[in-house]
Amino acid sequence: MNGFKIIVLAKQVPDTRNVGKDAMKADGTVNRGALPAIFNPEDLNALEIALRIKDRYPGTTVTVLSMGPGRAAEIIREALYRGADHGVLLTDRKFAGSDTLATSYALSMAIRKMSPYHLIVAGRQAIDGDTAQVGPQVAEKLGLPQVTYAEEVLSVDEQSITIKRRLERGVEVVKAPLPTVITVHSSAPDCRPRNAKYLMKFKHARTITELQDSSEDYIELYKDRPYLDIKEWSVADVEADSDWLGLSGSPTKVKKIENVVFTAKESKILNDSNDDISGLMKELINNHTLG
Amino acid sequence: MANFYTDNTDMRFHLEHPQMKKIIDLKENNYEDKETFDYAPRDFEDALDSYHQVLEIVGEICGNIIAPNAESVDHEGPKIVDNRVIYARGTQENHEALTKAGLIGLSLPRKYGGLNFSMVPYVMAAELVSRADGGFANIWGLQDCAETIHEFASDELKNEFLPRFNQGATAAMDLTEPDAGSDLQAVQLKATWDEEKQVWLLNGVKRFITNGDADISLVLARSEHGTQDGRGLSLFVYDRKDDGLIIRRIENKLGIKGSPTCELVFNNAPAQLVGDRKLGLIKYVMSLMNSARLGVGAQSVGIAEAAYQEAVKYAKERIQFGKPIHKFPAIYEILTNMNADVKAIRSLLYETTRFVDVYKIYAHHSEHRKLTSDERAEMKENQRWADMYTPLLKLISSEYCNRIAYDSLQIHGGAGFMKDFPIERIYRDARITTIYEGTSQLQVVAAIRGVTTGVYLNKMRDYEAIELKKELIYLRRILIIMTDDYEKAVDTVLAVNDSEYIDFQARRLVEMAGNIIMGYLMVLDAKRDESFAKPAEVFIRKAFAQNKERFTYITHFDLKDLSDYQLE
Repeated sequence: MNGFKIIVLAKQVPDTRNVGKDAMKADGTVNRGALPAIFNPEDLNALEIALRIKDRYPGTTVTVLSMGPGRAAEIIREALYRGADHGVLLTDRKFAGSDTLATSYALSMAIRKMSPYHLIVAGRQAIDGDTAQVGPQVAEKLGLPQVTYAEEVLSVDEQSITIKRRLERGVEVVKAPLPTVITVHSSAPDCRPRNAKYLMKFKHARTITELQDSSEDYIELYKDRPYLDIKEWSVADVEADSDWLGLSGSPTKVKKIENVVFTAKESKILNDSNDDISGLMKELINNHTLG
Repeated sequence: MANFYTDNTDMRFHLEHPQMKKIIDLKENNYEDKETFDYAPRDFEDALDSYHQVLEIVGEICGNIIAPNAESVDHEGPKIVDNRVIYARGTQENHEALTKAGLIGLSLPRKYGGLNFSMVPYVMAAELVSRADGGFANIWGLQDCAETIHEFASDELKNEFLPRFNQGATAAMDLTEPDAGSDLQAVQLKATWDEEKQVWLLNGVKRFITNGDADISLVLARSEHGTQDGRGLSLFVYDRKDDGLIIRRIENKLGIKGSPTCELVFNNAPAQLVGDRKLGLIKYVMSLMNSARLGVGAQSVGIAEAAYQEAVKYAKERIQFGKPIHKFPAIYEILTNMNADVKAIRSLLYETTRFVDVYKIYAHHSEHRKLTSDERAEMKENQRWADMYTPLLKLISSEYCNRIAYDSLQIHGGAGFMKDFPIERIYRDARITTIYEGTSQLQVVAAIRGVTTGVYLNKMRDYEAIELKKELIYLRRILIIMTDDYEKAVDTVLAVNDSEYIDFQARRLVEMAGNIIMGYLMVLDAKRDESFAKPAEVFIRKAFAQNKERFTYITHFDLKDLSDYQLE
């Protein structure tokens, strides 16, 4: 199996797992400045799934595609440090404000440009929106089959892939024709650590915008080493229709954001009398907490 | 999501020592690899940045994988199945993560798959790993064997063995035997040249061999039959792919339980000679032991750091008499001294490592080109310092490590005596550091030469001459008084002109020297970063009092008092 091509969809997200008191603004929106930007955790699982296929079939190439602002190039470098081969950053002001529909449209247009490919792997969902919609919508827009909740690739050949899915009450093994889209669950193996050699090889990888902004004197280096180029694609580059992007292309409207404060459940005060204790025991036995 | 490199700014501080410019420039030799290897640095800044970033990977693996695995590794330990050592599950995970991250063979040249890092970041990685799991640090640290092969073996052997390290090959150094521990001259394992097979065959027993079932083993053996001393010993490399090795047992130890300590029987095991015959002990193993001692220095600092962190954490959480216990003088004094002591041994560790770095790099260069007379002098000078600082470091860091672990457990009170907190494991893991790779008592035997030859004194006077900010001058004044006392104590002991008497007082003299040297190093740290001034002051205050005690003991001791101690 030579020349197998995998595209990994990845998103840079605010680290909502380490929420401090400044995490939300007064108006109820996320204060992105107060949260460190990280590689979406399940996208790392997705990357690992792709890299394991590459381990098995060394001719495989793994390309990471991310849509986001310029600084999302950071996670593309992170992916290169772990073993990905190429990176593409889809970035344009016109993408700003896109919901899952507009995002999946933009990604699908970028993926069309990357054709041919055999497999698209994405995390199940991102920890900022938690919608789990982008992967499936990309599959729909490309007219491809999709396998969600993937935990492990059991086998793969040029025509098909066999996947173990993690479901609520067990696992399911399914086989899909290629190309296909799979979305990966957090129960899949953790992504491998960054590799020292890849890090040193790719640490100077830049998008064209980063290159213009940086004062680094590395112009010659980029001429000699094309792999340091993180491709940067705009709306025009992927031939997308601006009307379907950004706010105008996003039917999702946030109606209201509410702060939910957990309050203690009703409590009962018991005295240390025999009656109270035997009453409690009976209650616990009756509701099957005990026995 | 802990990162042991980024959460301790001292590491970065030491990595940015001014001498690193020289070390990296030398190591990268005009950055000659940059066209050949896509991961080679283009200039000093690039190289130093790579050191930082790669150490961040090490710190992340330590914080997220190795440290969380340490407890289960300690409980589970390795076992023997079908004459193979099977590591605990966590040990396997640790090793796999480090291998996948490309971190084995950190200091090897790129042509052998290494990263060509200088010793300083390599030793830092060892410190980080040791902080995460003192026992696992041995499996990691035995990649030192690659350095020995690189330094002394033929090109043929280098090509055969060195590229395997970066692929994850494990290593062992097989020196000790039942009757040859501290006294390695007594090694009896036999190496016999087999004319027919054109290979050396090893026969005999090795004991207390760390990671004895490694992929690649360096074995000290008697190649000159009929000889009895060190001059009859040669060094061999044994490949575990070949038959002839029986793993007889794994020792049941007090600490570092994840690190398999094996008894081995060699039974016609084929092996290849490293370097020249008869130089096994007197040259190669001496060099290997020096790197191993530096490694134990790193291990000691790492374990000490872990013990200190546990103590601080517990003391801030534990409430007694209505307040956290770190608010009580009896506790905060211990914690503050621990902190200063950890910084002191760390400064000594990296000073020593820089000396090793400079002389080793020159030594490698000298194989390809003639060094200038200045370079040669610099190499010799750094080698002399490295030779004298290494036993000093091994002695002091391991002894400190044990005391710091003891104090940390003490701060935990009864809870520390239970198996519920990491400190009980750290305390057990610390214990070996003063014993293996030469006991503290043997380090004194090596280090006393630094006292008698004046190497330490000259270094003290060198440090004294370095210009300081005026806020630090009073600390230097104290160190000058300490140096004067030290000189008097040395003169007093040498004047007696009795070698047993020198041996008797040796440890006191060596420790006095260590205190002064560490005091100066901390003052020099404070010169670069004023946050080190307070720990330097704390350290020097204590060191001053300790040296006075030793001074008093020595100057009030008479040669005839020695008989009070001698045993039949």
